[in-house]
This record gives sequence, C-alpha cells and structure tokens, in this order.
Amino acid sequence: MLSTCSLLIVLVPLAAVGLALINTGFGRARGAAHAMLSSLAAMAIAAIVYALVGFSWEGFPGCPAHQFVLGGTSWNWLANEPFLMRGFEWNDSPTTLAMLLQIFTVGIAALIPISTGADRWRMRSTCISTVLLAGWSYPLFAHWVWGGGWLAQLGSDFHLGHGFLDAGGAGTIQALGGLSALAIMWILGPRRGKYPAEGGIAAIPGHNMVYVLFGCALIVPGWIALNSAGAMLFIGAPISHIPLIAATTLLSASASCLAAVAVTHIRFGKPDASLCANGWLGGLVASSAICCFVTPLEAILVGLVAGILVTAAVEVLEVHLAMDDPGGAISVHAVAGIWGLLAVGIFPHIRDGIAPLQLGAFGNSGQFLAQVVGIATLLGFILPMVYGLNWLLNRIDSQRVERRGERQGMDLYELGGGAYPEFVIRGDE
Amino acid sequence: MKLAGFFLLPAGWLIVISAVVLFPQTASRAIFVFAGVSMEGIGLGLCFRAARVARESSE
Repeated sequence: MLSTCSLLIVLVPLAAVGLALINTGFGRARGAAHAMLSSLAAMAIAAIVYALVGFSWEGFPGCPAHQFVLGGTSWNWLANEPFLMRGFEWNDSPTTLAMLLQIFTVGIAALIPISTGADRWRMRSTCISTVLLAGWSYPLFAHWVWGGGWLAQLGSDFHLGHGFLDAGGAGTIQALGGLSALAIMWILGPRRGKYPAEGGIAAIPGHNMVYVLFGCALIVPGWIALNSAGAMLFIGAPISHIPLIAATTLLSASASCLAAVAVTHIRFGKPDASLCANGWLGGLVASSAICCFVTPLEAILVGLVAGILVTAAVEVLEVHLAMDDPGGAISVHAVAGIWGLLAVGIFPHIRDGIAPLQLGAFGNSGQFLAQVVGIATLLGFILPMVYGLNWLLNRIDSQRVERRGERQGMDLYELGGGAYPEFVIRGDE
Repeated sequence: MKLAGFFLLPAGWLIVISAVVLFPQTASRAIFVFAGVSMEGIGLGLCFRAARVARESSE
C-alpha cells in the first residue's frame, strides 16, 4: 500500500505545474516569464521552509504537541517536533510519506495567490509571503486537521461526527491558498486601468488561453494522485478506494466544467473559455474534500453546484465588489473549496461503508456541524491572521510594484527581459 | 470599516468555539454556531465594502 502511495505522491507535482501554467496564461504577455519564475521560486521556497520549519509545527497524529485545557477539554493546537528535520527518519512510514506529500502540496497552496497578484506583485514580496505561508499559516491549519489537532478531535472531544474531514486538502491546501489570495488582493488592489476613473470595468483578458486549457488537462493526473494519497495517508482509505477516488475526482471536475459551459452560454450567448477553465478547476477543488465520501452520482451533483458557484463568484467579485482577480483564484480555490467541505457534511456516506473511516464511535451525527466549525475557523481565524501577516509585510516593504513597473511589464521591470522576445516589433522592422 | 470587519471575523469564530464548548445539546449548539458564522459573514462583507470604498476614494 505504501509503495503505491509513494508512486502517487510522485505524480502530485503535475498539479503544481498545471496551476503554474494556468496562472501564466491568465496574466498579461509582458508578465509571463515573471509569473512562471515566481511560481517556480514559490514552490522551491515552500518546499525548503516547510521541510525545515513547517513540518515541526504541523507534526503528525500522536506526536508531541503544545496543548491547553479549556472547558475540561485538552486543545491540541501546535506540534512540538524538532526543527530542521533533526531526528526525522526517512523510511516508508506513513509519517515520512505525509511529509513528502506536503512538501509538494504546500507549494500548490503557495501558487494560488500568485494568480491573484498577477502583473503587480513583486517577486521579492511573493517569496517572503511564501515563507510566511509555508512556515506558519499552512502548518498551523494542517496540524489542526491532519496532525491530530483540535479540529480532527471534534468527533472524540465534542461528539461532532468524525471530526473535521478533509481528505485531499480542499480546506488545508485550496481554501487556505484561496483566502491568502483574498488577503493579497485586498493589500495590492486592482491592476491599473482595470477600473477606470470614468466608470465601467476594462476587460484585461489572459494572454494565452492555450496555456490555461493545457494546464487544466495536465492538472488532472496530479489531482487524482493528490486526492488518493491524501485519502490514504490522512483518512486511512485502503488502496481499493483509489478507483472510486479517481472517478469522483474526474466526475466532479467534468460536471463543474459543463455547468460553467451552460451558465456562460446562457449569460453571454457563447461559452467563455476562461470561466469554463475556472469551472473545471472548481470541480477538482471541491472533489478534494469529497473524493472518498460520496458516490459517483453525488460527485456529479457536487461538481454541478461547484461550477455554478465558481462562475457566479467570479462575476460577483469582479463586477459587484470591484475585486481584480485575474485568474479567478479566490472563486476557484476558496469558494469551491468551502463548498466541497460543506458537501462532506451534506452527503455523509461514511456510515455506509463507502468510506473506510474507522475513527470515533459517534457515527455521522454532527458531521455537518464539524465541517461548519472548520470553515468558520478558516474564515474567522486563518483569514485575519494571513491578512495581518501580509499587511505587516506590506508596511515594511511595499508588495506592489511601482507604477513604472506595471506600465513597463513585470518581465522587463523585474527580470530585464520578456518571455516572448521575438514578438517585439522593433523600429527597423 | 475594515477594522470593524477584521474585528467581527475572529469574534464570530470565538462564538463558534464557545458554542462547541458550552452547549452539549445539538440544537442550541447549532444555533450559536450559525450565529457565529453569520457574524463572520457580516465581517467579510464589511471588509469587501471597505476595500471598495478605499479604491473609489483613491481614484
């Protein structure tokens, strides 16, 4: 079983590559190399910081932890493992595989805000913000959910179902990344020219829809691997559940994409490629929560709702709330992630033997409430914390590039060269 | 407005946590959990509104 899990983990970077391509395609041509290099740098920093510091604070179920007693209950809030991987044994144990998986997944979480900050977020600030995410925000919430923390123990301590369930990281990776993107958007503000002073909204389309759609295709094997490995390592799903997980993941994404096609066709008369790509991604994100807890038919239903939610959220954010999110990362990762987490409580098949949970003896009673408590924690604690950290960072060193840099393009201004030099029209040509 | 929004977000979360700790009965626990989530929703709305007002005033 563990060798299968190792093989699955090796496929997870495909999800990161797909996301990086999507981020790049949704940005402007004059910032394409910058977006790709920022993605690579963020993944590299996230891996190093998480391995050296983050995992010590995340830990694993049963590891030494910081706890306090409140209301007669012990609250496990932070792991207490040695830093710099001291004493960590590299073998084929579930703990080692969980760490390996998360070296990749923390990079995925770090990629999400890059989409929102496209064409105006300095690379230096992206890197420092990634250090905060991989070293503190991600490990803290991941400990609560996957490391035996208080959210995982809601079932045993407060009789809330099986505790907060998140098999593939819809909350821990996606919603956390999406809420970080929201914090970054509040700090950076919109791109210049997006909301002109004379009113209206300027359309700034992504420069390469082929990158976006190719990224959507490339991301699928990585996502199936992520959901399968997560379900095996964090929920205890047996290897026999991998076909179900693969089916629910793909069906959810497909239904979500088709829902986006239908909604955009009804709204605009033609399907919108960027919104359909967002729909596909939204279905994948929602599937991360539900992948081993629902039947394939229910996965289609969850995907349909995700597709409608994502397309609606993109419009509400851009038009009604004047939030400039070039890749729709907040709608895709935060909104669809939260919907997926809720769906786990709405379709509780854990008792029916579809999912292999052997945790707790309280059945599914209170599972919906456990999911709501987890979502409330993301919105009420993680979002203000991430915003506060990035606000502080912005006070020390402005995260937004200067006006000249935005006009010139991030490639030329920060890297000294463009992604497509042959496309430049010179005076003598 | 933004400060009020960012005050309401953790305040709503504390209501949710308090409900889980203080109310063992499902009904009262659920009512207070949803009250806490509603407060978070208001906080989120205020944050969005504050961001929009700040952008419009900077133009």
